[in-house]
Amino acid sequence: MPLPDAEQLIARLAADMRPHITPDTALVGIHTGGVWLAQRLHALLGLSQPLGAVDVSFYRDDYGAKGLHPTPQKSEIPFDVEGAHIVIVDDVLYTGRTTRAALNELFDYGRPAHVDLAVLIDRGGRELPISARFCALTLAEPLPAGQNLQLERDDSGALTMRLIHA
Amino acid sequence: MRNPQLNKHGELQHLLTLDGLPRDIITQILDNATPFTEMAEREVKKLPLLRGKSVFNLFFENSTRTRTTFEIAAKRLSADVINLNVSTSSTKKGETLLDTVDNLCAMQADMFVVRHESSGAPHLIAQHLQNTGRDHIHVVNAGDGRHAHPTQGLLDMYTIRHFKKDFHNLTVAIVGDVLHSRVARSQIAALTTLGVPEVRVIAPKTLIPTDVERMGVHYCATMQEGLKDVDVVMMLRLQNERMNGALLPSPQEFFKVWGLTADKLALARPDAIVMHPGPMNRGVEIDSAVADGNQAVILPQVTFGIAVRMAVMSMLGSH
Repeated sequence: MPLPDAEQLIARLAADMRPHITPDTALVGIHTGGVWLAQRLHALLGLSQPLGAVDVSFYRDDYGAKGLHPTPQKSEIPFDVEGAHIVIVDDVLYTGRTTRAALNELFDYGRPAHVDLAVLIDRGGRELPISARFCALTLAEPLPAGQNLQLERDDSGALTMRLIHA
Repeated sequence: MRNPQLNKHGELQHLLTLDGLPRDIITQILDNATPFTEMAEREVKKLPLLRGKSVFNLFFENSTRTRTTFEIAAKRLSADVINLNVSTSSTKKGETLLDTVDNLCAMQADMFVVRHESSGAPHLIAQHLQNTGRDHIHVVNAGDGRHAHPTQGLLDMYTIRHFKKDFHNLTVAIVGDVLHSRVARSQIAALTTLGVPEVRVIAPKTLIPTDVERMGVHYCATMQEGLKDVDVVMMLRLQNERMNGALLPSPQEFFKVWGLTADKLALARPDAIVMHPGPMNRGVEIDSAVADGNQAVILPQVTFGIAVRMAVMSMLGSH
């Protein structure tokens, strides 16, 4: 499968979101790929609310089986979650478990008025009733379970998609 | 022989002592503690990592601060915490330590936080659990006799790293009653493992173990010699309750010679930090002006202690 061009997908995702955002919309990226993506969207969409970031390691449902690997990053939500309009941003949507964990974490900071999900790629394989309101590309064939699609960032800040065979 | 603190995958199984704990495990605990320090910003100060687990605080010796911080740490990880006041319970009726443990295991304990006046008691419990195939139950040493107080040592390392960033260029002085101090033993083990090039101990000869230099530290006989140009001063509490015989003339005399005053602290580097594991004896080992001064980081130590204990318990509870 030829890998989609991440920069093109980002432009498409920003265009999808633009009609639906307001000056109060806040973005929360999920570590690590989602944070890079959220930084790009934040600039492209000219948002004024400071950018949030969550590391969902502490909220994962496989914590008991896998433990904390690697070392979790600090979550930072620099705006008031109570009553906020929030878009959770992640690079790839797969089982939906990461999104579930991010929602749980967000609600520990307060009660948002509205939460949406924006992703670059929906790779299929959902295990929870979650879908993305904004999605730049939905794969026609779900990616096999042994494979992993993720965003990578080089030293110049350019983003690319990478396929990893487990 | 396998390190009794690690499981067969090299993960932390029990935390009993910092002596012999690999450097990468110590660093991992300190790294994992960092995200827990931002809990105060949340409306809900709880993470679900130990949800459904039961943590038993088994304190055979009095403690307020340590027991409370362990309790807060476990509760912030969503565990159920059961505090046992052992001095008024079955042990008084003659039950042995391991029988107490077996009974609590029958109540589905997942973790024991143990403080005991006898060195090695937490180790004995961990060994007993291993011998009886109960690998899913974990033990944290919250201070045993003169032996070890590993979470105190870890929170001290966290504090040093927070203020000094790196261990490799530091000179650290530990001052006071090293002989009776499990805190000092854990601090020395951690500092040497993390690569601090110079660790000094300063105390009267009567309060220093005879083989202290074998632990990789330099003995300094006076405050003037020992505090010169240090980056970190770690004060110890004068342990009146562990003192047998005439080791000291009087608390007043001790303060005059070994108490940390602003004059003596001036010998250290101007940006040196002052630490104390608490509870402090003001006017005995430390002067109030220093304890409340701007070089003291004694209260941050307490706050970091919660994050470090959360890191330890979440690592134990993950397998």
